[in-house]
Amino acid sequence: MASYSHRWWQGSEAQSMDKKGYRRGSFQSSTSDEDLVEIEGVTLDFSMADDVPPLDREMGEFYSYNGGEMNGTSKMMDFLEEPLPGVGTYEDFNTIDWVREKSRDRDRHREITSKSKESTWALIHSVSDAFSGWLLMLLIGLSAGSLAGLIDISAHWMTDLKEGVCLKGFWLNHEHCCWKAETSFEDRDTCSEWRIWSQLIIGTKEGAFAYILNYFMYVIWALLFSLLAVSLVKGFAPYACGSGIPEIKTILSGFIIRGYLGKWTLIIKTITLVLAVSSGLSLGKEGPLVHVACCCGNILCHLFVKYRKNEAKRREVLSAAAAAGVSVAFGAPIGGVLFSLEEVSYYFPLKTLWRSFFAALVAAFTLRSINPFGNSRLVLFYVEFHTPWHLLELVPFILLGIFGGLWGAFFIRSNIAWCRRRKTTKLGRYPVLEVLVVTAVTAILAFPNEYTRMSTSELISELFNDCGILDYSKLCEYVSNFNSTKGDDLPDRAAGPGVYTAMWQLALALILKVFITIFTFGMKVPSGLFIPSMAVGAIVGRLLGVGMEQLAYYHHDWTIFSGWCSQGADCITPGLYAMVGAAACLGGVTRMTVSLVVIMFELTGGLEYIVPLMAAAMTSKWVADAIGREGIYDAHIRLNGYPFLEAKEEFSHKTLAMDVMRPRRNDPPLTVITQDSMTVEDVEVIINETTYSGYPVVVSRESQRLVGFVLRRDLIISIENARKKQDGIVSTSVIYFTDHSPPLPPSSPSMLKLRSILDLSPFTVTDQTPMEIVVDIFRKLGLRQCLVTHNGKLLGIITKKDVLKHIAQMANQDPDSILFN
Amino acid sequence: MIFAQHIWKSIQLLSLMAVVWCVLTPLAQASKRSEDIRCKCICPPYRNIIGHIYNRNVSQKDCNCLYMVEPMPVPGRDVEAYCLLCECKYEERSTTTIKVIIIIYLSVVGALLLYMAFLMLVDPLIRKPDAYTQPLHNEEENEDARSLAAVPTPSGARANTVLERVEGAQQRWKRQVQEQRKTVFDRHKMLS
Repeated sequence: MASYSHRWWQGSEAQSMDKKGYRRGSFQSSTSDEDLVEIEGVTLDFSMADDVPPLDREMGEFYSYNGGEMNGTSKMMDFLEEPLPGVGTYEDFNTIDWVREKSRDRDRHREITSKSKESTWALIHSVSDAFSGWLLMLLIGLSAGSLAGLIDISAHWMTDLKEGVCLKGFWLNHEHCCWKAETSFEDRDTCSEWRIWSQLIIGTKEGAFAYILNYFMYVIWALLFSLLAVSLVKGFAPYACGSGIPEIKTILSGFIIRGYLGKWTLIIKTITLVLAVSSGLSLGKEGPLVHVACCCGNILCHLFVKYRKNEAKRREVLSAAAAAGVSVAFGAPIGGVLFSLEEVSYYFPLKTLWRSFFAALVAAFTLRSINPFGNSRLVLFYVEFHTPWHLLELVPFILLGIFGGLWGAFFIRSNIAWCRRRKTTKLGRYPVLEVLVVTAVTAILAFPNEYTRMSTSELISELFNDCGILDYSKLCEYVSNFNSTKGDDLPDRAAGPGVYTAMWQLALALILKVFITIFTFGMKVPSGLFIPSMAVGAIVGRLLGVGMEQLAYYHHDWTIFSGWCSQGADCITPGLYAMVGAAACLGGVTRMTVSLVVIMFELTGGLEYIVPLMAAAMTSKWVADAIGREGIYDAHIRLNGYPFLEAKEEFSHKTLAMDVMRPRRNDPPLTVITQDSMTVEDVEVIINETTYSGYPVVVSRESQRLVGFVLRRDLIISIENARKKQDGIVSTSVIYFTDHSPPLPPSSPSMLKLRSILDLSPFTVTDQTPMEIVVDIFRKLGLRQCLVTHNGKLLGIITKKDVLKHIAQMANQDPDSILFN
Repeated sequence: MIFAQHIWKSIQLLSLMAVVWCVLTPLAQASKRSEDIRCKCICPPYRNIIGHIYNRNVSQKDCNCLYMVEPMPVPGRDVEAYCLLCECKYEERSTTTIKVIIIIYLSVVGALLLYMAFLMLVDPLIRKPDAYTQPLHNEEENEDARSLAAVPTPSGARANTVLERVEGAQQRWKRQVQEQRKTVFDRHKMLS
């Protein structure tokens, strides 16, 4: 082993770059190092969670051991030490190679650590390098929090703008306009400074004409906002539309979509999100906020070399940014971290967990210090009640779970069907018109019903609210006799006429929300679906809750109520039902469980409601999974054919690697490059004639013994660069991938050495490997391609795309729907 | 050069962050002006007294029913019962933050709209001669050039003045948006 290591240490840094990382550890991590180095290729390092590279200790020894020799021998490779710009980067719509990125990061880290012993400056550099991750998190938290504050405040203001304007200052929304007003109990929402449009235009707020005028203004504003939103999206950043979570999931799994997390996307998404939310469309800001936070993360990554140059490291940052996004969207920092872990991230080591935690904390703190709602809370629908629940109430909670599951499955089916229609038929050609029509329909149907006229967040907040004596709304209009002075703790009462009106209005609102959301999600404006789903669930929950309450009030002598719900007791809280319903519906649509419950629990601050929420979330997941297996985000990923290798599904077909690999039985043999006999021209011909993104390098065509793997992009860039900058490189120059160059005959043109771009440890499997294992390797290591050998000879190649197509084929889906790569 | 550019970019971003931070922090901690604090007491109807909402700016320690409700609508012996029903809440807000954020937001929207109008109306008039050369480029060529020339081209073709550089960046950006538009709106490859 010593001699072996000795040899590869004498190579250049750049060369060893590809090797070092792979040399240690294996699936059985307990075996000793000596054994592992012998088995080249199949050994790999996958102790990813380690910040410190495992080889460190060992390396230090080697440094002292042959440190003297190193300087002399590595000189000839000096010109390759500085990698060419562009080498090791990826093209748009390609998948990254996680293994390569990680080993590059480890090499970088190792280099910094070893240098840090040499000088103070290098030490400072190494410290700042280690610190940069946390600094980045701080910056992400700050920016995500500030942007969320901006979105909250402006969306609130613009929503109220549809209704009227504040004379005290046009920038104040309705609530803040009447902030100081001292009024009577009944008309607490009105004040002289706030003028609705009919008041401003014709001077009255009563009467049919005023109503029609308000109606008209409401629709006009809604149309104006949505028109602005869709034209800004179309004009400046088409990637800013939609929720963004399916795409972010795909990006985090290793796909490259250039510009998706760029500056313009950030600006346009932030701006248009406010417009879309205020236009009254049935959409929420939560999903887009995750996208906004990820954009911040990606842009801020440019500040630090460590993250700028490494796609895998950058994805760790993006995972944390997603957590910060949810943290500010729901005011739930822990829920955000868990959301990132459960729903979005592909690769989530413990280190990223801590970073996400920190980013979520900073983001929540920033938003809190901006105080967007003026109530010291991070969300509009924060609720606080602590009334206990009875075990028997689990039955209605589970019923709500079943409803949530049914709604989730129904929503996913119909939304995907509609989106497929949009994708394949003429409908997709009129994105602006589509948005305008949906907005017009929403606004026209929403205005007459006060529960749909208000913003969806406010609706949820009202539904979550438990009726106390201080509340004055139709939903709380119970028949009451004020003879008790018990304060907040009101007994169950008979519903008054207001509650009955509210009930059928809510039922109408439910129908509108259910159907309009299907057509809204996926339009070309930023649109999240957390809020609409929660609204649907909250309405159903509240209806059921009020029903239960009345049932218990009128039939308190029934045996099921007798034990715990006697007359005059406060036993049923309709607000809790609304909350459970919201959780169930959200769970049915997104299939989240843990993060969902934590988010809801952070919203309410009531530990005692964890069990109802868990019961509802679990039931809804079971029911929804029984009907259709994918959550909305996975369904959209599949609809768009993103190359996302789902980590949750099992692959259980008995196929072998040789059935999947290219070339197939009757295809021409695999295109390979030989290590020391091809000229520049030969290679260029191969590059021009084929479109593969990489080529295996073999010892010779006859033996087909594998040397390594070289990427097309690296090859193109290196050859182009060499032709420009290196003397004597002509079409007949021979390209060498070998370690030592053979002596040159004097007349021949100078050779081109490209060992530095060669990946010396490509992954290989034998042709008899079952596909289950291959799929697992691709999933867990994030490979991009894997070479297939037979009796030690190179036989073929399996790429991630082949794996995805194979999985699609096995699941009886159209394999050509996977578009990219 | 590339390195210098990166540094430049970093500095730009850092300064932007600094500005955002500098604007938002003092705003959040803005001096508590009288219109930004309130103590709000909601008193529900009690017996034959109608409910009322009291709202004054007093300090946090004075924010209670006994101090706030004035004149007290009930006789002395009922005060305690009445005040049990009332709920007093002390709240703070920052109108300056709201004002600044709304103004920032509106000006960004305005600027974007102006820029969009500029790109749609004025730009084609100025750029008449260029219009012929641009669409001639093959699409594939464009894509290739973009991906490989993400790194700026070597010194020969490098733009000299700031204006030209801005021009170049703008052109590159326009091409990117064009490409995105094609992906999303025409081919429906993504985000459907």
